[in-house]
Amino acid sequence: MVLNCKHVWKEISNYIDGTVPQELRDSIEQHLANCRHCAAVLDSTRNILYLVADERTFTLPVGYSERLHSRLQREMNGDAPDA
Amino acid sequence: MRDRTLIAKVLAGERELFHALIRPYEKSVYFAAYSVLQNEHDAEDVAQETVLKALKNLHTFRAESKFSTWLVSIALNEARCRLRHARVIEFDSVDAVPDEDSGEFTPAVISDWREVPLEALERKELREMLQQAIHGLPAMYREVLVLRDVQDMSIAETAAALGVTDGVVKTRLLRARLMMQKVLAPQLNIGRGGLLGMFKRRAGGSWF
Repeated sequence: MVLNCKHVWKEISNYIDGTVPQELRDSIEQHLANCRHCAAVLDSTRNILYLVADERTFTLPVGYSERLHSRLQREMNGDAPDA
Repeated sequence: MRDRTLIAKVLAGERELFHALIRPYEKSVYFAAYSVLQNEHDAEDVAQETVLKALKNLHTFRAESKFSTWLVSIALNEARCRLRHARVIEFDSVDAVPDEDSGEFTPAVISDWREVPLEALERKELREMLQQAIHGLPAMYREVLVLRDVQDMSIAETAAALGVTDGVVKTRLLRARLMMQKVLAPQLNIGRGGLLGMFKRRAGGSWF
């Protein structure tokens, strides 16, 4: 199966997730080996996802867990919620 | 198994164990709320409401779904409720879902992409750039990206939490990821004078 760039872009997310069938995967890889542009799109998308997934990118507010459990404890104790 | 045991004990009267039950998922609950509300204070409020609601309704939880997915779906619903109450319905919110199959997928045109090192995340500018790119996504794409790529939930878990099919998640994920690529790749691409080019110059070229 010969793919053009648009076909590859349409499958790029499933390709990253490893959910494309083997035959399609082979065709995508064949295209990527010969298309510098699509290879760059794949690398950049994958790399952006690594950055997004890194725990430094999105952090919890300081004290979040403590406040959450203290609110929960008050509820369990039957206390009135904060004003 | 851990969750089922804890749930049974909490329902049998050991309510204190609810703290331990939710602890592994409190981060997911917060970010699910944040993906909808995009505001730290509101997201934290909704996370607290979610946990209280889960405690109150724990007896309704059915073991065919994962406890974490159940919690995240409560958080998403609570967050959407809050948005509606505040009448801060975004133009692109879930109430105005565009046709998911229309349009072309066009990533940013780059030819000399190089890897961005994870150490670059020590830079506040980069973190803010990533956060802003996610904020800029329409809600339906942002939610999927946060659950799947930030929280590392599976396709099936993401679909269950959002109440949509796996196919819808995959379609939205493709759009979300390519939108992120389109916005960020030109800025991060050192070959085109992007942000990391600036970092490289500042760092004396030691990264590459």
